[in-house]
This record gives sequence, structure tokens and C-alpha cells, in this order.
Amino acid sequence: MKADTLLIPQETEALISGCEAIAQACRLADVDVITGYPIRPYDTVMQAIAKLISNGDFDAEYIIAESEHSQFEIVKHASAVGARVFVGSSGVGWFYAMEALAVTAGLRMPVVAIVGNRALDDPGAFGVEHNDAMAVRDLGWMLTWVDTAQEALDTALMAWRLAEDRRVLLPIAIGMDGSYLTHSQVLVKVPSQEMVEQFLPPYNRGELQLHPDNPITIAPQVNEDWLIEIRKQSDDAMRRAKTIIPDVYADYHRIFGRGDSPFFEEYMMEDAEVALLGQGTIAMPIKVAIRKLRAEGQKVGLIRLKWLRPFPTAELQAALSNVKAVGVIDRDYSFGSPFHSGVLATELRSALYSLDKRPPVVGFIAGLGGREVTAENVIEMSNITTQVAASGKSDTETHWIGVRG
Amino acid sequence: MSFETILPQVLEPFRGVKRVALEEYFTSGHRTCQGCESALVMKLMIKAAGARTIVLGSTGCMYVANTTYYTTPWVVPWMHTQLGSSGSAALGTAAALKALMRKGKMREEPINVIAFCGDGGGADMGLSAISATLTHRDYNCLILLYDNESYANTDIQLSGMTPYGAYTTFSPAGKAKRIMHKRWKKNMAGMMAAGHPECRYVATVCASYAVDMMNKVRKALSIGGPTFIHSLDPCPKGWDYDPMFSHELGELAIQCGIFPLYEVEDGKLSFYGQTKYLVEGRTKRKPVREYLSRQGRFAHFLEEDIEYFQQKTDEMWEKWLIPGVIPFSNA
Repeated sequence: MKADTLLIPQETEALISGCEAIAQACRLADVDVITGYPIRPYDTVMQAIAKLISNGDFDAEYIIAESEHSQFEIVKHASAVGARVFVGSSGVGWFYAMEALAVTAGLRMPVVAIVGNRALDDPGAFGVEHNDAMAVRDLGWMLTWVDTAQEALDTALMAWRLAEDRRVLLPIAIGMDGSYLTHSQVLVKVPSQEMVEQFLPPYNRGELQLHPDNPITIAPQVNEDWLIEIRKQSDDAMRRAKTIIPDVYADYHRIFGRGDSPFFEEYMMEDAEVALLGQGTIAMPIKVAIRKLRAEGQKVGLIRLKWLRPFPTAELQAALSNVKAVGVIDRDYSFGSPFHSGVLATELRSALYSLDKRPPVVGFIAGLGGREVTAENVIEMSNITTQVAASGKSDTETHWIGVRG
Repeated sequence: MSFETILPQVLEPFRGVKRVALEEYFTSGHRTCQGCESALVMKLMIKAAGARTIVLGSTGCMYVANTTYYTTPWVVPWMHTQLGSSGSAALGTAAALKALMRKGKMREEPINVIAFCGDGGGADMGLSAISATLTHRDYNCLILLYDNESYANTDIQLSGMTPYGAYTTFSPAGKAKRIMHKRWKKNMAGMMAAGHPECRYVATVCASYAVDMMNKVRKALSIGGPTFIHSLDPCPKGWDYDPMFSHELGELAIQCGIFPLYEVEDGKLSFYGQTKYLVEGRTKRKPVREYLSRQGRFAHFLEEDIEYFQQKTDEMWEKWLIPGVIPFSNA
């Protein structure tokens, strides 16, 4: 152990945005190669990183790519050589990189990315929707959503440890609600380098490293001979990741005192009869509404989902087994899906289906394009869910909330 | 202005064919067509570069036909990259090496980085990424474009580098339209040299002149920074000729003046080989008919098509500001 790790670990507080918190995480993780390309709202993270590098506070190769496709291809190849990497995008920029996103997962490169969630053009819109990041949910990307700048920093540090774990080796995308989280400044505890070094080991590809000392051939053509076996390996890795996530959170909690609930945050769920479920910054108006509803005697609680991939099926089954109805608030859409629901509602119905006694699920679509979801909107959704709970029957209608006529 | 490169390898030119390295780093295990000139380009490219090299290969013949799981012809580390990603693959690999060596996470030594692409991957889809990479002076890497003038791996479809009028599966000569493909081929090496004034080395090569070709690769890797080589590779399947004539067709392309051999080193242009003789007037350009008539892909050409092809080739030599390189003139 180096002498300086024996010093008492220190955290400092800083007034920073979600994107600036991620930039601090990149510095603390000693990331080697970073690529940027401008698109709102994620790009403030690259501006923050650029300042750290130009001021000599952080040493990394910082490459401005000529497109998102190149941005993601560059870090994919840097990762193969053994560099710790960071990248990110938003909205249609994420889609411009889609080929690179697919092969990054196919190659099991431990790339850590943020998605500053943004609606997909056209028509142009800067505000948050989750469809950008969700587009990779079937490809072998681990997907998590965070709610605060603190959680963004903490989750990023955990992401490199998880992604680079030899039992996992999967890329991770961290969803951050555009504007609400990417640009809002709050007080964030920034750990010391010594604390991070206790938690995050160096990236070591071992015999997978592309180097003249280890002359391997990566990604030859496999065709029908081997592809299904390789897909199964990705499936196994995602299953293993599910079991490793709680260990990583526990270790993070041991060192930093934060990160005690790995898969979802539960808010006033102990005696809840009606649960609302969502992800990202929508948790805030939901919590405000729940406090109002509780004051009126309604037993409503919140589950804020953190990990969409791997999906915490058993944990959600346990957490929701005693409620009378679940209202799922999607900040996304899946046109033509079962019951015309958003993605979360469809996934939750699927996750609960194997239960003998399962609560009815009500689907809501709200806050698209960055439209503010108010406490009143949440109360409306809670009331609909409460009515379904009283009837005991599933509501097959998906409710769009706050849509003008 | 100083650039933060790591030092490149020093690779002196091979002084004649008898002094060429004996070691092979592209060996058995591939299944390219008989007479495939691009496979020869791979073999010569890595022979010139040597063992301390990482090769990135974008999708195309030299991916699909070369590397099938359980076999690989590559003795050096090799990785696939996407069709349009040769520039990004080179950049990412070079950046990682540089970062890891600077930070003491990897033993410091000069390692060559070569990314290759076909004409479709390089001159069509991958153009913007290659262009970007050629402006990054901080990274040592070579992008080698092997140009067999079609998307040959996917069944011979026309690319932006397919010559005027050529028969491809996307431009078949039919009853109503004899010439489906009317676009003139992109001037790729000239575009790279003219468009990236800080790129220290751009060259055209043809494996018919193997020692020259290898020495251009060695110079591109030694000079430092990002570099670009464009290789013209006769393709028996796509061009429709007997595989035994690959070497001759490469020679004819140069002797007819269709594909000039030159290098641009630190902003200075020099023609070499047979092209130098043409430029100096020591030999005369052969008529393009000699080149076109040896290939089935031009079998539908009438006299007027050959004349048009000859006229456009003449323009390269008589009207361009720099013959075969810069396609405009002082007004």
C-alpha cells in the first residue's frame, strides 16, 4: 500500500452540475482517452473536462472527433489497447453512433458513456426523453439512470469498476436527464484520489489486450458457426453483472458512505398500497406529490429505478408483491407496443407476469420533450392508479399526462 | 509549434529486392481469391512494417476473406473495425498507446499503427474519419487504402472509386443503358494531400512494384504523425480477367497514366517509377485501350466510350495544374 493511502480520506464539497460531477469522476478515475463531439445537453461534460485538462488538473488524451460515430469508434479501439475510456452523447447524436454502439457491446469493450437524455429530432427539441439511451437496451449495454449530480459522480466511479470487471466486460451508459440534471448545480461531495484508488483498480485486459507482445486477432468473421455461442456469452456476462452490482455498491458504501441501494431507490414504500415507478429526475415531483398525498392519508410510495439493464426482476417482484397497483411513469414511448405503453411499463408487466399474485400495472407517458412534470400531474397519475387498485382489475389504457388538446 | 508525439520507428528503405526482410507476418490462413492483389498488399504492407505493429482492418475483402474464426493469417495483433472506421481505429489505437506510455501504464516503445480500408470503406463511407485523423499531428499512424475499385466483398458493387462505365452488379450494361455508371473516379490521394497540409506523407503505390510499395510504407511509418497511402489493386473477380494477369494490369494502369505513382513528403511532390518516366517524357503513355480491353468489366465499351475514357485521362495529364494530382488549373 502506498504511504499516501494511509492518510485520512477526505471529501471536499463543490457546487457543480451533473456534467461537472461526471468530469470530476473522469479525473478521479484517471481516464486515459476521452472523445467529444458537440450536442446539447451532454456536451457540458466535455467542456468541463476540457478545462480540467487545459489547466493541468487531469492528464488524458482528449480528442474532438468529427462525428459521434468516430467518437465512439475511437474509444472502442483505445479500450482494446488497454486504455480506460469515457465518451458520451445525446439524442440523435447517440443514434449517429449506433453502429459503433452495437459493436462496442458485441466486442464487450468496457466503455463508460453518459447519455444526456434528449428527445430525438425531428422536430427539433432539446428537452429530456429516454428513448435515446433506451435504443441500446437489447444490445449488451448496461443501462443506468441517475437522479442527482452526486449520484452521477458515484455511479460513474462504480461504472468503470463494473464494466472493467473481467467477469463482466460490458459497456455502461449512464442516463442523465437533459437540463434537469446535466445543467443544474448542487453541492456535491468530491472524493479524494486516495479514496478512489482504494475502490477502483487499474484497468487490466490481460490476455485480451491488443499489443505486439500479445498478438491476438480480435473480431474475426464467425458467421453461423459461432455467433450464437458468443451471444450466449454476452447473456452470461449480463447475468453475472446482475450479481456483481450489489457487491460494487456495498464496497462503494463501505468507503464513501453512499450507494446503499443498488437497483432502485424506495421512497415511503414500507406501507405503500399504491406504488409509482419511474427513473431519473422525475423522482423529485413524485416525492413532493407523495408527501402531499400522504398528508391526506393516501398510502403512496415511489420506486425510482436505477438499472434498466440488467433489469432487477426478482427485486422488483419482491418490492411490489404487496401493493394493490403500480403506476409506471415513462418519459419515453414505444409506439405500437402492447397497450401502447412506454418501455418501463411494458418491461414491468413482463417482469411481474410470473408472479401468482401480481398487482395491476397502469402505464403513463409524461414529460416528453422536457415538459415539466408537476406535482399536480403526479397526483393525477396517483389517483388513476388508486382507482385501479380499488377495482383490482388491470387498466389496459396507457394515459398520456399533461397533453394539450 | 511542437507536437506531443511519441517517437516513431526508424525503418530504413529496403535497398533492392534481395535486401527485403525474410519474415512474414501475413501468412497462411486466409482465403482470398486466386490472383488477389489486395492480399499481396497486406503481405507486403506488414512485411515492411515488421513485428512491432498493430493492424486495424475495416470491413471489406481483407476482413471477410482474411479472418475467419479459428484461422487468421495475421502474426501481428489485428483487430476488425467498422466499414467507415479506419481513421477512427487508427486514431483510437494510437491515442491509447500514447496515453498509456506517457502515464507509465505501458512500456514505452515505438509501435506502428496501421489501419487499412477498401475503396468503399475509405473513399466513400470512411472519408470524414480519415480526413479528421490526418489532421491529428499528435498521433503516429498510417491509413492504407487498398483500392480494388468496387465493393468486391459484397459481390462487386460500384463505389466512388469505380472507374467510369465499368460493369458492376449495381451498374450492369443493359439493352437500354449501356453505361450505367457515369461518375468519374475520386482523386483520393490528391484530395488527402491537398486537403491536409499538415499531413507529412501521402503516397500512391501499386504492388506490381513491390519494393517501391514497401518502402513507401516504411517511410509513412517513420516520418511521424498521421499518413496516408493509396494502393491500386487489380481484382480478378471484379475486373473480370484471368488471375495470372494481376501484376500486368497494375503495370498497365500506371503506364497508361490512369493511376499515377507519386509521393508528397512534407509538402513536396515527387513522381516515381514508371510515372516519373511519363512526367519526364522519357516514355509515352500507352493508350487506355490496352488497359480497358484486357478487362471484362469494360467489354461493353464502344469506340466512343474508349475515346471518352482516353479524353478524360488526357485531361489529367494536359489540363491539371499538377498532372495526375491537382485537378484544376490557373485560369
